[in-house]
Amino acid sequence: MTVTETVPEANPDAPVIDVEEAARARRDKIHRIARWILPSLVMAMTLLAWHLYVTLNNVPHYVLPGPLLVGQSVFDDWGILWPALLTTLRLTLLALIFAILGGVALAVAFTQSKWAEMSFFPYAVILQVTPVVAIAPLLQIYVDSAFVAALLCAWIVAFFPILSNTTIGLKSADHNLQDLFTIYGASRWQRLRYLSAPSALPFFLGGLRIAGGLALIGAVVAEFVIGRAGTGLGLASTLLEASYRFNFGRLYAALILISAMGVAIFAVTSLISHLLLRKWHESALKREG
Amino acid sequence: MTLPLGQRAPLLSMNHIEKTFAGDITALRDMSLNVNEGDFLSLLGPSGCGKSTALRLIAGLSHPTRGRIEWQGGKGKDDLGIVFQEPTLMPWATVAQNVWLPFRLRGTGFDDVKTEIYEVLKLVGLENFRDAYPRELSGGMKMRVAIARAMVTKPRLILMDEPFAALDEITRFKLNNDLLELKAAIGCTVIFVTHSVFESVFLSDRIIVMAARPGRVIHELEVDTPYPRSEAFRTSAEYAAHTRATSDALGEAIGEAA
Repeated sequence: MTVTETVPEANPDAPVIDVEEAARARRDKIHRIARWILPSLVMAMTLLAWHLYVTLNNVPHYVLPGPLLVGQSVFDDWGILWPALLTTLRLTLLALIFAILGGVALAVAFTQSKWAEMSFFPYAVILQVTPVVAIAPLLQIYVDSAFVAALLCAWIVAFFPILSNTTIGLKSADHNLQDLFTIYGASRWQRLRYLSAPSALPFFLGGLRIAGGLALIGAVVAEFVIGRAGTGLGLASTLLEASYRFNFGRLYAALILISAMGVAIFAVTSLISHLLLRKWHESALKREG
Repeated sequence: MTLPLGQRAPLLSMNHIEKTFAGDITALRDMSLNVNEGDFLSLLGPSGCGKSTALRLIAGLSHPTRGRIEWQGGKGKDDLGIVFQEPTLMPWATVAQNVWLPFRLRGTGFDDVKTEIYEVLKLVGLENFRDAYPRELSGGMKMRVAIARAMVTKPRLILMDEPFAALDEITRFKLNNDLLELKAAIGCTVIFVTHSVFESVFLSDRIIVMAARPGRVIHELEVDTPYPRSEAFRTSAEYAAHTRATSDALGEAIGEAA
């Protein structure tokens, strides 16, 4: 008795994809699309619900403006909102830049000198834990320029995560690599440049993402407290002023712009982090299987 | 070409070295050892016998409590290469950049030593992985990069601290063979820390057996089988005899400690 099995003629050039692989490829594709579609859908539904709630219940615009009115305000008040946005953005970015410079410089000083760390770290903590709202009025008294006072506030809030993360990062270099550098007679500068700094990079970038958000929060708080003096700063001052005038369309427009700015800052810092780490760091690598 | 045992010029000597940690833990007691040019010397012993401590002392990473380590003709900057138990590569740098490190730290640009770097990568069989990042390599390949980095400056002495302990047996055998070839090609001296009798016999011509608590040298054996040693040596009667002698010496070391 002979048993003959018919094996379908396989095309040798066709890629070998089994059922599991095909299912995975399909799942990945769906996920890629859903990542954009689903949040957009949620946004659309929320706007629609908001609109229906306002129109069906005849909610007065000074209690809750509808999405159309807010959109209208963004458009109509662009002449006020745009300069305010630029001011807040400048405040936030400057605070972030100074936070990076100050945080990194201090972290390097702390790791290079134990004495510096022992002497100053407690004060960095005190600066961090003291609520910025409590410091702002003082700064307003001692610093002439409202912008500089607000900048100082935002800086105080933003710099600690950079300092703390970078310090841990600079200390986290592999011990065997440290020994290797010792054996090859590396100088202090070489050790910092070629070993500690690259080891600290992922930690620093983690701190940067937090600091980006905090710089904006610091800027907003500072504008609330300092802008009250009628100095007229950025978006947060505009928001506060609009609330006094019951101009809720503008209030919501300012709020949405602040929020959009926060999202943009997060996106940019995440992108920077991804670009710098994608080749080697575990956090930026895609895993197989 | 390495001279036979007994005719080699001295390279460094450890004279009555003692190392005590925290005032009361004696890691190493009265260790004396002469290392010659071209030796493949293994430090073999149970954990806690001070073999890694001895290696760190020779590397200059720590200093003896008593005694002296003397290099013949003084220790130059390029006299030493080291391979740790882990590959210890910089994850942010490519294979070629990792091998460049010893040169880079003395201020030599990549282009000036490109030939040396590519040559040593070829010797360890990684010429096609120059621009790969460490995470793309297998454990054995990472260890090859570490060996290439230790050898690229052609140092007089290479220290190896259980470099193959974490690898699987197939990879370890392959790397053992390759290491002997590399040593012959570069003509350096190797001090190799291990706890494997088989590995020490296959690789070395001198085996220093150490005992623990306190760490000290209790035996020195010679493996006089000439190099090059091939896979056939692993299954020879001679190899078996040497491993038996070495095992007995190690057994004594463990017995004494217990």
